[in-house]
Amino acid sequence: MTCSEFLAHLDDLIDDQVTVPMRTELEEHLRGCEHCVVTLNTTRKTIEIYRKHEIYELPNELRERLQKAILAKCKKC
Amino acid sequence: MSTIQTQGTEEIHPDVLLVNRAREGDVEAFEKLVRQYDRQVFRIAQHITQNREDAEDVVQDAFLKAYEKLDQFQGNSKFYTWLVRIAVNESLMRLRKRRTGRMVSIDEDVETDEGSMPRDLADWAPDPEQMYEQSEMAEILRKTIQGLPPGFRVVFVLRDVEGLSTEETAESLGLSIPAVKSRLLRARLQLRERLSRYFRDRNKDGVK
Repeated sequence: MTCSEFLAHLDDLIDDQVTVPMRTELEEHLRGCEHCVVTLNTTRKTIEIYRKHEIYELPNELRERLQKAILAKCKKC
Repeated sequence: MSTIQTQGTEEIHPDVLLVNRAREGDVEAFEKLVRQYDRQVFRIAQHITQNREDAEDVVQDAFLKAYEKLDQFQGNSKFYTWLVRIAVNESLMRLRKRRTGRMVSIDEDVETDEGSMPRDLADWAPDPEQMYEQSEMAEILRKTIQGLPPGFRVVFVLRDVEGLSTEETAESLGLSIPAVKSRLLRARLQLRERLSRYFRDRNKDGVK
């Protein structure tokens, strides 16, 4: 398996969507390719970091103001 | 009798019950839906418009539109997926208004090879999150994702941040499943590449 072929399955591997025989092939490639090990681990970490950090937080005050505005308009509908 | 029951045992999502009540004029039921999803709608709108005021407007407009169109909600998709689709469209509309004269779509700028093959292969520090303060980290993440083409950014946000499935993301964006998959891979790889600048393990040389 080449690195390009590995990459084509990277998402499926991360999302746990690979068949058992495919997983074996991918793991086989990983044993001999440090580059793809790094790519896999750091891509996983990328997703994890974005999931964990709230980068656009809706502050409570604004949230309440928006909720009130929405519901006031709904009542007029 | 058993046939009817088998068909009827499919679980009804609690949102559907709230939608049904809201359709009958129960504003409190709709309020619950607003409270449940306003943060997500705000985040999605911020990611697309990259403008705080626009994102606030999108939250209002998306929920109002959803309320007005509740009769059109079919119930064969999740309420959340349906709402996200409205929010994405409202966000794109706002974006177009700001960039007058320029067509903006989620198909824009996707013809790039950037990130299709990893270049930066340095390993990251064992715990990159220890390297930066919380606020610094948020700034790095914002700056990095803002550099992505909108069509990649929105797929990454829906799939990986908001946790929609590939099918739901495709439905929300009006894209095919293969298109979502190819954009997701490119988005993940581009983000990884860009974050490597910040998170590389400085105690180690890159992989040769």
